[in-house]
Amino acid sequence: MLKLIVCIKQVPMVSELPWDSRTNTLKREIADGMINPGCKHALEAALQLKRQYGADITVITMGPPMAEEILREAAALGADRGILLTDKAMAGADTLITSYTLARAIEKECPGFDLVLCGSCTSDSETAQVGPQLMEELGIPGAAYVENIQLKNRTLIMKRESDDFLETLEMDLPGLVTITTRQYAPGYASLAGLQDAFDKADIRKLSAGDLNLDIKKIGIKASPTKILKVYSPSAEKENIMLKGSAKKIVDTLFEKFGDKISGAIGKDLKTHDHEENDDK
Amino acid sequence: MTNKIKKSIWVFGDYRNYFQNRVTLQLLARARELAPKIQAEVCAVVFGCSLDEYVGEYIAHGAQKVYVTDHPVLKDYNVETYSVLMEKLVKTHNPEILLTGATYFGREFAPRVAKRLHTGLTADCIGLEINKDGLLVQTAPSFGGNLLAEIVTPETRPQMATVRPGTFQEIPHDYNARGRVINIPLPDNLPKPGVRLISSQKLPQREQRLEDAKIVICGGRGMGSKTKFKKLFELAKIMEAEVGATRPAVYSRWAEHEALIGQAGKHISPKILFSFGISGAIQHTAAINDADLIIAVNKNPNAAMMKMADVAIAADANQICSSLIRELKKRIRE
Ligand SMILES: Cc1cc2nc3c(=O)[nH]c(=O)nc-3n(C[C@H](O)[C@H](O)[C@H](O)COP(=O)(O)OP(=O)(O)OC[C@H]3O[C@@H](n4cnc5c(N)ncnc54)[C@H](O)[C@@H]3O)c2cc1C
Repeated sequence: MLKLIVCIKQVPMVSELPWDSRTNTLKREIADGMINPGCKHALEAALQLKRQYGADITVITMGPPMAEEILREAAALGADRGILLTDKAMAGADTLITSYTLARAIEKECPGFDLVLCGSCTSDSETAQVGPQLMEELGIPGAAYVENIQLKNRTLIMKRESDDFLETLEMDLPGLVTITTRQYAPGYASLAGLQDAFDKADIRKLSAGDLNLDIKKIGIKASPTKILKVYSPSAEKENIMLKGSAKKIVDTLFEKFGDKISGAIGKDLKTHDHEENDDK
Repeated sequence: MTNKIKKSIWVFGDYRNYFQNRVTLQLLARARELAPKIQAEVCAVVFGCSLDEYVGEYIAHGAQKVYVTDHPVLKDYNVETYSVLMEKLVKTHNPEILLTGATYFGREFAPRVAKRLHTGLTADCIGLEINKDGLLVQTAPSFGGNLLAEIVTPETRPQMATVRPGTFQEIPHDYNARGRVINIPLPDNLPKPGVRLISSQKLPQREQRLEDAKIVICGGRGMGSKTKFKKLFELAKIMEAEVGATRPAVYSRWAEHEALIGQAGKHISPKILFSFGISGAIQHTAAINDADLIIAVNKNPNAAMMKMADVAIAADANQICSSLIRELKKRIRE
């Protein structure tokens, strides 16, 4: 049977950015986490392979203990088991180190895997780097930003749009793909399925010790990139709020931004004509 | 020669789609600005087949040296092969900085090169500076641009970044510029790539109107109905703007799918973005961050869209739209 691995990540729900404007920092401990939308598409691609050919799906994530929830959600959607890599020593890893850690876990826990699927990008850090770096780290072929996969025996046919070229690629398994959000619309977990997954799903929790990882090679200290500063550009923006009658608002808008609008449309704008509006 | 230049800043030559995508030239321009701060020379690196034209362009746009591997085997872009070539070249010449355009190719290629060299890489940067310690400070967006991070790679080399196209301005073509061309032969032990290209077809030049528009007028569910949404087209006509839409507006068939702005649609960078009746979900806002000035209209002053706007208008979207149309008709001098 096909052995599939899907790498998923828990990201904050960011319709409201968890930004603390008092301390000017990101609230890291935000309770609400969800499966990164991109990863859900990768899971869906795996589930379709499972429906077509039969497959065994392991979802794997590295994160804080609460990331267990997204593994359970993935189980409710149809994954067979989940692996949570969780250890303070792993925290703060950049993509180079994340891909290293994931690769060691995959090698140890899922020997003989056929295909690794990742989302192509996360909604929080948006690097799109973990997938390609995982290909190198596992020493297997792979392609990023793949839109569609078809399996022919042990050859994977991949289609993607890349820099205005429509490409068809193929590789022999084992391999890795990162899946875009263009196809593979994710399904919903049923309430009963979720309930079941929360009661019974097979979730393994592994620490650095369980994987025999050298603490010096993982986590924030081992990561070559360092974050100097994180800031919210909107917090630094002069944000003005206009209220009142539509007419008054639009007048203010032209007063303050008339030049800018005029520049963008390439036509002159008359300034406000008082008499015209003095309708008694 | 005394005072020999030791350091170098490299720019990967990404020339596929040369006429649309000038990111390599933009990076060469920025590299030239940064180079004096660390006494470096600016080099371009290019792999492929029949490359003379590009080599010439890179020199005319600021490259002082160009490393070239020109061979029929390299005709098609291949991430695996190009990564191996770049790794070898970097290990021989030790550049201080290696910059790549954040094209699809660049964003797959650079992480693999960084992994092979065990160095840091910052994705999709929108700013590059040299700080007082001589480190490359890379500004990268996260959370759909709602946050910016400044990132450095203090210990390992090269310092690597992919940079979003359009971030920097290319310098004007200089026919008199001189540069050294260094031909690097194809290594004979080049591993066979595991991914095979079966076909590659250039897509017809897409209508880029929305992406190029100076003003975009974007409407969301808050417009309320197709009839009301139509007013946005009227406003757009007056301002010679393009109309964009959120997913609910597209799903309700108020706008064509082509108008979708967001993670699943187009990425825009207008001078002015009008946002009417849009809540500001991340899947939408991720694609509008390059707008210079955002004017948002929403009944709800606390909507996420209002927080990221420069001008937040707490009012009914239809009324503001109508009022704008009326005022513009009065004010525009033909
Ligand atoms: C994987 C995935 C991908 C997605 N990709 C995209 C994408 O590419 N693009 C995209 O847009 N969405 C995308 N979405 C959907 C996205 O999450 C949001 O649902 C969508 O952007 C919301 O659109 P909206 O703001 O128009 O609607 P709503 O969220 O319903 O917001 C309507 C807003 O209008 C305001 N309003 C109501 N009436 C009025 C009025 N009379 N005057 C003024 N304001 C009013 C309300 O206060 C509200 O803020 C995606 C979702 C997922 C899960």
